[in-house]
Amino acid sequence: MTDNFTPVANILKEYEYDPSKLIPILQKVQDVYRYLPEDVMRYIADELEISPAKVFGVATFFAHFAITPKGKHIIKVCNGTACHVKGSSFLINTVKDKLKLKEGQDTTEDMLFTLECVSCLGACGLAPVMVIDDVVHGQVTPAKAVELLDAVIKQEAQYVK
Amino acid sequence: MEKEQFVTIEGKRVPIEGEKNLLELIRKAHFNIVTFCYHPELAAYGACRLCLVEVEGMGIVASCTVPPKDGMKVRVNSDEIRKLRRINLELLLSSGNHDCTLCSKSNNCKLQKLAKDLDVTEIRFKSKKLDSHKDATSPALVRDHSKCILCGNCVRICNEVQGIGAIDFAFRGFRSKIATAFNKELGQSHECVSCGQCARVCPTGALMPNSSEIEEVFKAINNPAKKVAVHIAPAVRVGLGEIFGLPQGQNVDGKIAAALRMLGFDYVYDTAFAADLTILEEATEFLERFKKGTNLPQFTSCCPAWVNYVEKFAPEFIPNLSTARSPMQMMGPVLKADFEERGGKREDLVVVAVMPCSAKKSEAKRGEFYVDGNPDTDYVVTTVGLARMIKEAGIDFVNLENEWFDMPFGTKTGAGVIFGASGGVMEAALRYAVAELDPGNARSVKFTSLREPKVFKEKTVTIGDVKIRTAVVSGLKNARKLLDDIKAGKDHYDFIEVMSCQGGCVAGAGQPQFDGWTPRKVRAEGLYQEDTELAYKSQDNSGVTALYGRILDKIGGPVAHKLLHTHYKSKKFRVGEDKVK
Amino acid sequence: MSNKTIEQIAKEYNAAYKKITGRVVICGGTGCIAGGSLKIYEAFQKEMEKRKIGFCLQITKDCHENYLSMSGCRGFCAQGPLVSVGDVFYTKVKEEDVPEIVEKTLLKGEVIDRLLYHNPANNQKAKTVAEIPFYSKQERILLHDCGRINPEDINEYIAHGGYAQAKRAYTQMTDEEVCKEMIASGLRGRGGGGFPTGKKWDLTRIEPGPKKYVICNADEGDPGAFMDRSVMEGNPNAVLEGMMIAARAIGADEGYVYVRMEYPLAIARIRKAIEQAEKLGLLGKDIFGSGKDFKINVMEGAGAFVCGEETALIASVEGKRGMPKIKPPFPSQCGLFGKPTVINNVETLATVPKVLEMGSEKFRKIGTLGSPGTKTFAVTGHIANTGLVEVPMGTTLRQVIDDVAGGTTNDDGTVNKEAFKAAQIGGPSGGCLTREHLDLPLDFDSLKSAGAMVGSGGLVVMNDKTCMVNVARFFLEFTQRESCGKCVPCREGTEQMLTMLNDIVEGRATLKTLENLEDLAKAVQKSSLCALGKTAPNPVLSTLKHFKDEYLAHVVEKRCPAGVCKALARFEIVADKCKGCGMCKRACPVQAISGTVGKPHQIDPKKCIKCGGCKATCKFGAVIVGA
Repeated sequence: MTDNFTPVANILKEYEYDPSKLIPILQKVQDVYRYLPEDVMRYIADELEISPAKVFGVATFFAHFAITPKGKHIIKVCNGTACHVKGSSFLINTVKDKLKLKEGQDTTEDMLFTLECVSCLGACGLAPVMVIDDVVHGQVTPAKAVELLDAVIKQEAQYVK
Repeated sequence: MEKEQFVTIEGKRVPIEGEKNLLELIRKAHFNIVTFCYHPELAAYGACRLCLVEVEGMGIVASCTVPPKDGMKVRVNSDEIRKLRRINLELLLSSGNHDCTLCSKSNNCKLQKLAKDLDVTEIRFKSKKLDSHKDATSPALVRDHSKCILCGNCVRICNEVQGIGAIDFAFRGFRSKIATAFNKELGQSHECVSCGQCARVCPTGALMPNSSEIEEVFKAINNPAKKVAVHIAPAVRVGLGEIFGLPQGQNVDGKIAAALRMLGFDYVYDTAFAADLTILEEATEFLERFKKGTNLPQFTSCCPAWVNYVEKFAPEFIPNLSTARSPMQMMGPVLKADFEERGGKREDLVVVAVMPCSAKKSEAKRGEFYVDGNPDTDYVVTTVGLARMIKEAGIDFVNLENEWFDMPFGTKTGAGVIFGASGGVMEAALRYAVAELDPGNARSVKFTSLREPKVFKEKTVTIGDVKIRTAVVSGLKNARKLLDDIKAGKDHYDFIEVMSCQGGCVAGAGQPQFDGWTPRKVRAEGLYQEDTELAYKSQDNSGVTALYGRILDKIGGPVAHKLLHTHYKSKKFRVGEDKVK
Repeated sequence: MSNKTIEQIAKEYNAAYKKITGRVVICGGTGCIAGGSLKIYEAFQKEMEKRKIGFCLQITKDCHENYLSMSGCRGFCAQGPLVSVGDVFYTKVKEEDVPEIVEKTLLKGEVIDRLLYHNPANNQKAKTVAEIPFYSKQERILLHDCGRINPEDINEYIAHGGYAQAKRAYTQMTDEEVCKEMIASGLRGRGGGGFPTGKKWDLTRIEPGPKKYVICNADEGDPGAFMDRSVMEGNPNAVLEGMMIAARAIGADEGYVYVRMEYPLAIARIRKAIEQAEKLGLLGKDIFGSGKDFKINVMEGAGAFVCGEETALIASVEGKRGMPKIKPPFPSQCGLFGKPTVINNVETLATVPKVLEMGSEKFRKIGTLGSPGTKTFAVTGHIANTGLVEVPMGTTLRQVIDDVAGGTTNDDGTVNKEAFKAAQIGGPSGGCLTREHLDLPLDFDSLKSAGAMVGSGGLVVMNDKTCMVNVARFFLEFTQRESCGKCVPCREGTEQMLTMLNDIVEGRATLKTLENLEDLAKAVQKSSLCALGKTAPNPVLSTLKHFKDEYLAHVVEKRCPAGVCKALARFEIVADKCKGCGMCKRACPVQAISGTVGKPHQIDPKKCIKCGGCKATCKFGAVIVGA
């Protein structure tokens, strides 16, 4: 449960409680909470006077909305054509394997990583591309991917100590 | 004069007579193309692609969305179209669990019908989505996603006609499903009012009224320690026959009474009796409010989905709801009180209601309707559920001789019977009121306008210098509009009848499936026909009068209040108001 | 609001610009930024500050000495980050190169040989853009200003003649005249279908107002296409001007730019351009004193490819699930919020001011009779010069691939024109072109007759080591994932097609599977509700047509001729070639490789996850994929 809806109320006000602005509202709300908590979606539905099932329908239609919390580090592997042709599916398998993600699972149990296979990021010249927390890495081989992930894991381990 | 316009369908010239789309014209030409997502009461959706036809010059189009134009040449059964129709059907059959022998919807399922019509004996594609998870958490409805073909009829009727949006599409693509808010079980939905209109328009067995109580009813009948009373709602008698091949709308109350006895019920009663009782209480309540000018307009409260709606979405109108219980919830306590008066124990009488409705199932489960853990109505069976019981028992329904209901709770007036049609409750109430206010001219008022097949009707009754302004509305979105207009001060009425199903109880979710207005009209006519053969107004029900003498004392009195009235509370669900600083 | 006219703005800008002695432009397209061009931009500032060299970051009347700016995408992404100093054009620039560039090139006018583009065709270094075939073989009309001007300074756009056509449309032309001029130009929509733009506008113009909308479809979702992104990043004002002219033509007073949120830079640049245009009074009330208003909103997509379909796009602007609606009614009659609406894509709208500037007659002379003008293509895949190219419609595939983009490459990146196997054009909705199509003119009609489409203009070049079944599977997996789920053939059909393709690439299929796949693909094509479903089977159908033998190899022989399909592949080390260097062992993420240094290594097939890392690492070609 979310304890404070003030940021949501402010966002709703900014969009003048206009139900046609549902998508930008959800985008801004997700920026605040990093996902769309259920009670927040219900609150938005009440305030916009639309059904919560509709809000849920929109939130689950678009790939960028998350209805479950995401991990601390977001790993994006581009699966656009250029990256695919240059082996991004190998890269995805390696990352999944490294993070021990099962079929259909995209966030690690320890909530440290979320893997997203994204469509073209437009950095085709650098294919295959992997993005860790908004830093773009180009021409990533499976070995380099493991190296990059290990660096983050190491850093996290130090953080815990 | 304008030239007549024609479309040529498979070489046959068919005149255009205001049809909205090519599909309607094709059906008028007696090509009965089976489709799933096209429903005449809903907006065209264009998703099932089974109405595809070839139009010369346009190629392959979905006929449900193309406006007919003069000179069009249409093929509905070209090789190409036959091929596409079959592939699309096979795709639907490959996705989900479509084992017809294990489905309650069998024989009444459009998907099954089309598969039979096309004689599909093999599916080229791999089976997908076989996991059947039945959501039976709602007392009113059962969902089975593995039978859902995502035609969206349920979503559209819940939004477009009922204005609620309890369900919507969720997720995307192959993972799409129909979901309540946050994918909860239906029983946990804060929005669903149990009206069941979604089930009425579902072409498959994905959404159906909950029929789990049938087993319990059989058990009660076979339990020697229990007496079992059953009563049937007005709409049931004009709905059941068509399941057994009798003409739509034919009143089969005599056969029903016979069948119920053959099933083993101890007492066979008519809910119309309790409808008369409802009128006495509700109309009296109205006349009191009308005289005082308080809590007007008064709203009827016999439709349980409407009551749910007010509690969940318009609690500010709770004071306007009549406190009189619905006929079903009057019948239960009266039967049990009568049973007790005759020396029985309340829990030894099992009361079964046969209703055209899914919401009645949730109504019977309301906490207010229990006394020491024992419900006023033990079980609710739908019209279709009763047909199933009759079939299971092997009863040859069509050839049964007519029988009478048991007395004293089988007496009724025409006023009680017409409850099953939209406008009927208001007409019955006004018959009572007119006779009370102007006993000499009890039959002077004609109610033609209230009998029209419309979703909104008005009637102002003038008795001397008294004017009673009434309205009748059916369909919850229409009701919402009326509430908004009342709030905005645009409309002024004294008494309003609301039925959540368009056309009233004859169109309930527990009735045999249908679409369009003709079935509603035909069923309602069956009730108005019976009305002509019975006493005119509820005051004239001798059984009811006797009951007041014996148990209830006086209309609106303390005993009547205890047994025949109820109360409501806001169930509006809101989050977060306390979380905003 | 400024009370200056655009003519005054241009005059003042040009006067100030004349005082500049040197100009450094750093490519700020997404590709170059990913390569570090922002750091290069900062390094230039630091270096010039350190050396006390005068410079400015924006042209104002106080400018002198040098002007340092970022530009939009220059299209030569494979060679990025790109920096130009005056006419000198540097490629693959690193942060560390900056002091040297300032020292030698900016101050002394010397050219640094190492940073010049090396043309493998003639083995020479190219000093300027004009000497690089990638640029010299193009005809850059739309992209003319991309990479030249500062996209974040509206004044420079104005100084280059920007907004003059919008002004003309608002002050000297009637709505009908604008539509007529567009019809006469023959400009066709660059977003896929190729519907004549002028006709679309005219249909919307005649619908009753007063409320109408213009939508710029910038939801460029095809994997491997980035034309629209580059235009928005490189010349956002051209898009806005196109929208203004469209609004004038149909009588709209409000517009939306619908951009996918994967394009943060494009969004930022468009927003900035709108803000600047509003400040100058180019957008807002009473535009150019015409009494007409126009306001532009930006909406960010939320991740749904299907929203590139116009009715789905409209639904999502209205706050709904992006599910396409049945047509008719068309958006021109009943579009956004039920009002008449014109939807054009970025490239189309950005071309509009050029059409008016040139005049329809001159515009028609470019390209072919049926497809006038130029077209931009995003060329990716096994190609020497990954990037963005603009050529006249009707240029042949061979010219684009070999002359402009430098030719097909082998897996190791070396150019080998003979390695060309196929090109997928039009993204997941398009079809594949083969060697026999190399001399096919690329225009709407020729491509259609070849079973492909221009689409948005993605062009993926594939070499002979590519498995065409896998390519078809890749595209289908994409459309299947992006299907909205509304209509049966697309929702269920693409899923079943994908299942069949998986069976094929994983060795479970029979000849019956191939037959069913083709039947189903045709049915999905014919019976789907919207363009996504109707075109989803194209990659499958066109590979089935041109590369049936590859399908048969997978199905009958259970063999992937290209050695790509993992389930049919087995990674092996050829003992003769293995030097025992251990590179592959280190590269293997699952420790499937064993062996001692100097001795041939082995791969344990049970542990191997077939990631291909060993093969990519081996310098001796010792790792092979057995069929």
